Parts: sequence; structure tokens; C-alpha cells
Amino acid sequence: MRNILKKYWLVVLTGLCVGAAAVFLTAEGNPANMGFCIACFIRDITGAVGFHGAGVVQYVRPEIIGLVLGAFIISVIRREWKPTGGSSPMTRFLLGMIVMIGALIFLGCPLRMVIRIGGGDLNAIVGLLGFVVGILIGVVPLKLGFTLKRAYKQSKVEGLIFPALMVILFVVSILAPALFKSSVEGPGSQHANVYIALVVALIVGALCQQSRLCMAGGVRDAVMFKDFKLIAGFIAIIVAVLVGNLIVKGSLAFSFEGQPIAHTDGVFNFLGMALVGWGSVLLGGCPLRQLILAGEGNTDSAITICGFVAGAAVAHNFGLASSGAGIGTGPVLIVVIASLVILALVSVFNIAKGEK
Amino acid sequence: MIDARGLSCPQPVLLVQRFVKANKPELVEVVVDHEAAVQNITRYANSQGYCVDKAADGDDTKLTLRK
Repeated sequence: MRNILKKYWLVVLTGLCVGAAAVFLTAEGNPANMGFCIACFIRDITGAVGFHGAGVVQYVRPEIIGLVLGAFIISVIRREWKPTGGSSPMTRFLLGMIVMIGALIFLGCPLRMVIRIGGGDLNAIVGLLGFVVGILIGVVPLKLGFTLKRAYKQSKVEGLIFPALMVILFVVSILAPALFKSSVEGPGSQHANVYIALVVALIVGALCQQSRLCMAGGVRDAVMFKDFKLIAGFIAIIVAVLVGNLIVKGSLAFSFEGQPIAHTDGVFNFLGMALVGWGSVLLGGCPLRQLILAGEGNTDSAITICGFVAGAAVAHNFGLASSGAGIGTGPVLIVVIASLVILALVSVFNIAKGEK
Repeated sequence: MIDARGLSCPQPVLLVQRFVKANKPELVEVVVDHEAAVQNITRYANSQGYCVDKAADGDDTKLTLRK
């Protein structure tokens, strides 16, 4: 019993806090069933700096900044901050783009998928099926010896650049908000108070760093090692969001139709999250985990986040991102197929020779 | 000695799992460079009946798994 408590308490506490934070931030003004979506919020920052022109999703989200800096601060305190890098950065950039495009076809990262499930959105269950299938596909190359090669120790300056960029982004957005685009309608216009959002994200970032919470890792470890630690955090988020929504709204409506910032195209909900699941397994962690790792000094994760930003820009500039009205007007199916082919090629060509 | 430094999750624990399954060893030594790998390998080793000793090795961590 003591061992079980020792193994699970921190990750379950983190999951409960993440879920509670999502409900709280939504009550404070963030978009419904979103609260804390990594893909959506990186996309909003991408828009705020003018990398895409979708006027309804542009805002410098302090949640992203807070998550990275929360992980940075706690890892420095706990002596876990370690600048590393050099593990196939260009491949990671490409995988980051694909993961982001998949997430914006579904309308959410794995974290928002879980938050949407807790909010009664049944489309997210379809997304979850795709996510699990994507992970199961990604596990196969891992078992065959897939690797993006080793990362090596880097200079402190190299590891500090990404957290420093987050600090600069935050300070400039406070001192000179007019420099950034900011939505006046749509999801980008809905946000909690900047400082409340930052503080919540700092706490959640620190908890995620210490508990190693990862949405993709949860399913992966359960399948590969019968290790249920991370998936316990995943389930704790759903429970916290369900209970939180019940407290805040008084009731929950489970449905496919009429859910906030969601569409009902099951095929693309499934395929979008399959891209996210497969890509995340190859990257070694979900988008949330990449932010945390970047805070810990992992520059490969920082490059992956640059890939997320590029993916968000591509998704909106080429009509691939979905909206509440349905999937994008661009060549969504072609891009999904091309992305699946790229994931297959990356999987096959990175299996180390002599491994089994 | 298994060198799992610099590898993304879950490759460090996969290397250990592969070695344990192939050789059924009484003793395994692994060197890793991040805490997530330390925890993953420790949980896997415990589930397979190994006790795990942890020792700092410069910037890295050396894990000794014993039956």
C-alpha cells in the first residue's frame, strides 16, 4: 500500500491540479473545454506574433510561458536542469509540425482531448481512439529499435535560450502589448487575467516536471511495460475536470453536437489524433511534456516546439486547421495522408541496425 | 554496463528490458543522464524483482540492479 501511494501520489496530484486548473482558468475567462490546451495556446502565440493570419486565434498565452518557466525554476532548484541536445533536431522539428497539424485538425492536444472528455464532448472519445491507435503504431518501431540517436550535453547558454525567450515574450507582451496581434472575437479573445494564468501555469509546470506527467507516455507505458503510473495522471485529469464542471455548471451534457470549439467529423477527429499519438511516441512525449522538457534544458524539445509553431502557421495559412464549423477548407486529406507517410518513413529509417 | 545516456523516453528502460529478457542476469549496471529514466528503470526493475541502487556518477546516474 505504501509503495502504491509512493508511486502514484505525485502524478495523481498533478493530474488533479491540471484538471482543476483547466476548469478554473475556463471559469476565469479561457475558452470552454480548453482551459489549458498546449496546441491551441501555442497556435494563439503563433498568431499573436503574426506567423498566421487567423484573426480569431491570436493572443500571447501566459499559460505556455508559465509551464516552461515553472519547469525551469523547479528543475534548477532540484538540480535537474541540464542543457542537452543534438538528437536529430531536424527530424524532431518535422515531427513537431505533424503533431501540431494533427492536433489542429482534431482541435486540441492530448491534454485538451482529456479536458474535452471531462467536459462531456463525445467527439473527444473518437479522438482518444485515434490517439491510442497512433500510439500503438508508434510502439512497433520503438520495439524494433527506433531511436532519434543520443542527445549530448550542451552549454548553459544553449539550454537557457528557450526559457529566456519565454521571459522576453512575457515582458514585452506586458510592456508593449500593441506589438502583438490580439483577437477581438473568437477563442483568442477569451482569456483569464494574465497574472492569474501565469501563476497557475507556473505551479502546474513545476508539478508536471516533478511527476513527469505525459499523455502519450501514459498509454505507451501501460502497453509496453504494464506500468500504469503516467496513465493514472491522465485519468486523474478526467476525474478532476468532470467533478470541476459538475461543481461549476451544476450538470454535464454528453453529446457530439454543439460542443464548444469542436467539430463532429469523426474520421478527421480520429486521424488528427492518430497523427498526434504516433508523432508523440516517436518524439518521446506529448506536447505538454515537450514544454516541460524544454524548461529543463532539453534543446531538442525546444526545437520540437519551434516545429509546433511552424505547424500551427502552416495549419492556419493553408486551411488545414478545423473550426467549430468543421474541418478546414484546404487539402486536409492530402496532408493527413502525406503526414502518415512521413511518420512511416521516419519510423522505418530510424530503426538502428542490429536492434531487435 | 548499459549506456542509456542521452536517449529519449522510453528507450533507456527498453534497453534494460531487452537485456533482462535476453540474458536473465543477476546483476545489471546502467548509466543514465536524466531523472525520468532513473524512475522508469527503477519501476521496471522493481516489477521484475530487482533491487536498485542509485549512485551519482559526475553529471550522470549509475543504477545497479540486483536480484
